[in-house]
Amino acid sequence: MIYDVTIDGKNYRLELERAERGWHCRLDGREIQMDAVLARRDVLSVLIEGKAYEIKRERTATDLHLWVGDVRYSAELRDPRSLRSRKTAAADGTGPRKLLAPMPGKVVRVLVGEQEAVSAGQSILVVEAMKMQNEIKSPKNGTVQKIVATEGANVNAGDVLAIVE
Amino acid sequence: MFKKILIANRGEIAVRVIRACRELGITSVAVYSDVDRASLHVRKADEAYHIGPPAATESYLNIAQILEVAKRSDADAIHPGYGFLSENAKFAHACRDAGVKFIGPSPASMEMMGSKTRARQQMEKAEVPFVPGTSRGLESSAQAEQVAETIGYPVMLKAAAGGGGKGMRLVHAQKELKAALEAAQSEAERAFGDREVYIEKAIVNPRHIEMQVLADEHGNTVYLGERECSIQRRHQKVLEESPSPIVDTEMRRRMGKVAVRVAQAANYTNAGTVEFLVDQNKNFYFLEMNTRLQVEHPVTELITGLDLVHLQIRIAAGEKLPFRQEDIHLRGHAIECRIYAEDPDNNYFPSPGKITLLLSPSGPGIRRDSGMYEGWTVPVDYDPLLAKLIGYGTDRPQAISRLTRALHEYFVGGIKTNISLFRRILTDADFQSGKLDTGYLDRLLKSKPLQIESKDAQVAAIAAGIFAFFDPATGVAGDAISSPDSRNRIDSEIAVSGWKRAARIEGLG
Repeated sequence: MIYDVTIDGKNYRLELERAERGWHCRLDGREIQMDAVLARRDVLSVLIEGKAYEIKRERTATDLHLWVGDVRYSAELRDPRSLRSRKTAAADGTGPRKLLAPMPGKVVRVLVGEQEAVSAGQSILVVEAMKMQNEIKSPKNGTVQKIVATEGANVNAGDVLAIVE
Repeated sequence: MFKKILIANRGEIAVRVIRACRELGITSVAVYSDVDRASLHVRKADEAYHIGPPAATESYLNIAQILEVAKRSDADAIHPGYGFLSENAKFAHACRDAGVKFIGPSPASMEMMGSKTRARQQMEKAEVPFVPGTSRGLESSAQAEQVAETIGYPVMLKAAAGGGGKGMRLVHAQKELKAALEAAQSEAERAFGDREVYIEKAIVNPRHIEMQVLADEHGNTVYLGERECSIQRRHQKVLEESPSPIVDTEMRRRMGKVAVRVAQAANYTNAGTVEFLVDQNKNFYFLEMNTRLQVEHPVTELITGLDLVHLQIRIAAGEKLPFRQEDIHLRGHAIECRIYAEDPDNNYFPSPGKITLLLSPSGPGIRRDSGMYEGWTVPVDYDPLLAKLIGYGTDRPQAISRLTRALHEYFVGGIKTNISLFRRILTDADFQSGKLDTGYLDRLLKSKPLQIESKDAQVAAIAAGIFAFFDPATGVAGDAISSPDSRNRIDSEIAVSGWKRAARIEGLG
């Protein structure tokens, strides 16, 4: 398998093949001695040239993070042969954007109306969770196409609250 | 001894009390709200009863409903834990009227300590040292100005019914006093329904040190050493330790004797905590008494070898304290980290949600009191305390190194926690040399964070590929890295920025 991996913004080309004993692994063309065992879901034990690493994977609705020791790395992974991933990369940053609830909570206030012009970083609505109020902000300059959430409504993580075009 | 105890609480403290009940051969009864059916305390208890909707006022604060369950389950005592009804004298009264033993002090002691001004008047009679100021509510801004002039600026305005920093104002000069008084009074009115505000000299860079006391119902009162609780954010404790790095045997004896006098002056029974402010010259001043088990009680348990919950239950059952003051010896050092569901990258705002991965530390000198488990969804409705990680060692450096090691083993995935904050505190030079005061944590957080070495980025890159190799369905391809149940992959994003500051409502000690 070949993967294009982005770790904290830096790109790597990773070639990975199961070998008879262990793995064939090349990172940016460089051969690496490596062995890996999936200890359990989301926990990997990796040996690289004698060093042992325990790596934890964390997936949220939008992000992939890998923890090596106490350090968290943001990761993105693409199969360069996949048409879909190329298309997605090109579409990034344009078109309507959905504002999702970052956590379960209650919509306590809607600050703008539909068809109203908003700027990037402007607060659109306020969600309360664990007695704290969280302002959900617009990711871009544009127009509020739709306010999906209503004041007082309970929402789950990942629910669409509004759409900004 | 009791046959059955109802635990009027949730989370880690409910689990803690259930464990004590099992150890003592007592049947435990849990109560739960709609969102807590799957919580750990319900799983661990012998019996469990639903008490109402998520809102605490309709469930964990619902006195009638809780007493109804006590009656139905035939419980002979109630342990209130901390927070919720634990310091509610009305609840203690209602328990007494219902013929159920409240595991804690008498309603009269709670009432006296519940009002800061009343407590102060009573304690002055017992010659307890106070921060200079008024022991009565202020009647006018003219009176406030006069008192402030006598004791000297800076001064602190405090709500008589206060707690958790509500109704508190620091005043540096006379010209600020009138406006601050009005603001404190209206804030106190809103938070506690009582606008009484009093004035005290402000202690610059104080430490917050508290003394654990224990009193039986036969007139015996002992102290069990202090806890250093200076590491706080927004008046919430974050890390506690015992002994305090600055308290020596002589100071401990003096503070302990004062704490015992405080307890005796209030006819106090059961476990309680006397809080002191300590100034830079090690003078200590009575602050308030917490009439309940504290969140941080485990550090005292580890260095005294006593089980405070067992003792609470035995005292409530009418037993005499099985030891005297001279039998109590402190040994070693213990430090507690409060693990909160909070996002360190987002101003420590709450981060509820589902715990997708939980790796828990163990090994020498480690105790973990936890209310969470893998697969559990942390509800949005309550305080975000998930667990307490306590490290014990023969001395402070060993306790620190064990705790640091255990934090390295601790992993909570799916939600954000403040675990990284403790790594930062434990490696900080001022913390290691014991230079602490209540402003310590704010200063640390304002200072430049530790340079995180991302030397393992290549390791992460390789691991990302291996995860995808083992688990192609969830690993690969641009937007498809998100979880399979996410409906909004393309051109969507979570706008998480901009948490707005707001204070927590439930104040935990």
